[in-house]
Amino acid sequence: MLLIHCPYCDETLPEAEFAYAGEAHILRPDNPADVSEEEWRDFLFIRTNAKGPHYERWRHIHGCGRFFNAVRNTVTDRFLTTYKAGEPRPELDTLTEDGQ
Amino acid sequence: MTHFSALSLLKNAFSGNRKWDEQWPESEPKAEYDVVIVGAGGHGLGAAYYLAKEHGITNVAVIEKGWLGGGNTGRNTTIIRSNYLYDESARLYDHALDLWEGLSQELNYNVMFSQRGVMMLAHNVHDVQSFQRHVHANRLNGVDNRWLTKEEAKAYCPPLDISPTARYPVMGAALQKRAGTARHDAVAWGYARGAAARGVDIIQNCPVTAIRRDANGAVEGVETARGFIRAKKVAVSAAGHTSVVMDSAGVRLPLESYPLQALVSEPVKPIFPCVVMSNTVHAYISQSDKGELVIGSGTDQYTSYSQRGGLPLIEHTVAAICEIFPIFNRMRMLRKWAGIVDVTPDRSAILGKTPVKGLYVNCGWGTGGFKATPGAAHVLAWTVAKDEPHPINAPFTLERFGTGRLIDEAAAAAVAH
Ligand SMILES: Cc1cc2nc3c(=O)[nH]c(=O)nc-3n(C[C@H](O)[C@H](O)[C@H](O)COP(=O)(O)OP(=O)(O)OC[C@H]3O[C@@H](n4cnc5c(N)ncnc54)[C@H](O)[C@@H]3O)c2cc1C
Ligand SMILES: [Zn+2]
Repeated sequence: MLLIHCPYCDETLPEAEFAYAGEAHILRPDNPADVSEEEWRDFLFIRTNAKGPHYERWRHIHGCGRFFNAVRNTVTDRFLTTYKAGEPRPELDTLTEDGQ
Repeated sequence: MTHFSALSLLKNAFSGNRKWDEQWPESEPKAEYDVVIVGAGGHGLGAAYYLAKEHGITNVAVIEKGWLGGGNTGRNTTIIRSNYLYDESARLYDHALDLWEGLSQELNYNVMFSQRGVMMLAHNVHDVQSFQRHVHANRLNGVDNRWLTKEEAKAYCPPLDISPTARYPVMGAALQKRAGTARHDAVAWGYARGAAARGVDIIQNCPVTAIRRDANGAVEGVETARGFIRAKKVAVSAAGHTSVVMDSAGVRLPLESYPLQALVSEPVKPIFPCVVMSNTVHAYISQSDKGELVIGSGTDQYTSYSQRGGLPLIEHTVAAICEIFPIFNRMRMLRKWAGIVDVTPDRSAILGKTPVKGLYVNCGWGTGGFKATPGAAHVLAWTVAKDEPHPINAPFTLERFGTGRLIDEAAAAAVAH
């Protein structure tokens, strides 16, 4: 079971309190009717599926209920950081595996 | 290659089984092949076999980063069935089932295919309606599947608890009698032996690090840990690692990779006559010929390449098994493991050409591609040989995610399948 730090509650809690919510920083096109089939496909379906550091969303569903973002290494399953929704995407070279 | 027969068994018994030929040689990579297949799982090895046997293309290498059959082929719970909802899926999986029925003879290798029947339990009204819809759709497609009352289900599988007070009450079941299990390793070994006998090189412990494209964008070959290997056609069949390999060719895919777990119990005498699946509580169970209960669990909620999987899933599955089959309450579990499965948004495979000339992909089999092995391998070989899809895999394109022509088994099953 993963241990996950909720940036809103500022607590590190077991995975059972959280729901995974897919890749982060995927922007819905402002006006879907204007985008091409390929852009719409990319938005809906294409994913990075990174092997290594992965930007992803989690929701503290059995806690504060809020969505937040995280960077997790998908090989070790260790979190590099978690941050509030809306905050800029952290650069990878600023992160280490044991730095929460 | 020695032909296996009663006579060859007898002959080798007299020499203490020390004179058997090796089943496939250790191959060194050549500088160039007509076709390179990335990934020596059942699908990749099978495709090499059919390329050689049915299309006369024998200058083929299957390149594997680990040992052959060490991916999901050697990690799955071996459930084989074809009772999928949509016409496209029914055709694909039933094609595979037709091939399974003759596979041991075809390969002269016992894959221990056992048509012991797969029973899917309905625990609530939604399950009942959904399974009955499947039964009707399947029968229209000529796919065997029938509805059982809970008493009939109990008669087919006596360890089942059908009492109305059960934690997961059984309201009936769908039964595909033609379905069953096979020995997963034997499938990989049988195809490897058959392919090698026809001239295919199987190169193990050799990761493909990138796919190289020429100035016009077409495939030129693969970069590997043992150097560049030239090929005009490359077929990627790398299951959970497909995104990583295809990324190097500049092709992004609608895939996410998750750990999927399974476990086995200590071996006991024959007690469990069929395969039982409970999609709703996420528990799949059968008994291997060695006597172990083989139990399939769920995928973790997060994407991962860790090939480990979380313990809570195992706890949940084992708890459910104990509720549905109270007789197993005191069984001890021996070991558990995970494989990395590549999941598409509609839970159907992607099998065909890609936007890159000479590059083919077979992926997205997710939690349920073992059953498809002979069928997928067969139509993948066709697609590579003729540079056009076989009618059976024609709908399973990558383009469907742009056009919206999904084959939405995800919605049909509402769970992994
Ligand atoms: C626990 C579990 C239970 C399952 N239960 C069932 C079931 O009951 N029924 C069912 O139908 N399906 C089941 N499945 C799914 C099934 O196992 C897979 O869909 C199927 O085996 C895929 O076969 P494959 O040959 O495509 O993949 P694999 O056997 O995984 O082969 C892919 C190969 O590619 C290799 N590879 C990856 N990257 C590279 C690279 N860069 N270079 C070289 N080689 C590479 C891998 O090492 C691997 O050997 C289960 C899966 C798991 C994990
Ligand atoms: Zn919180």
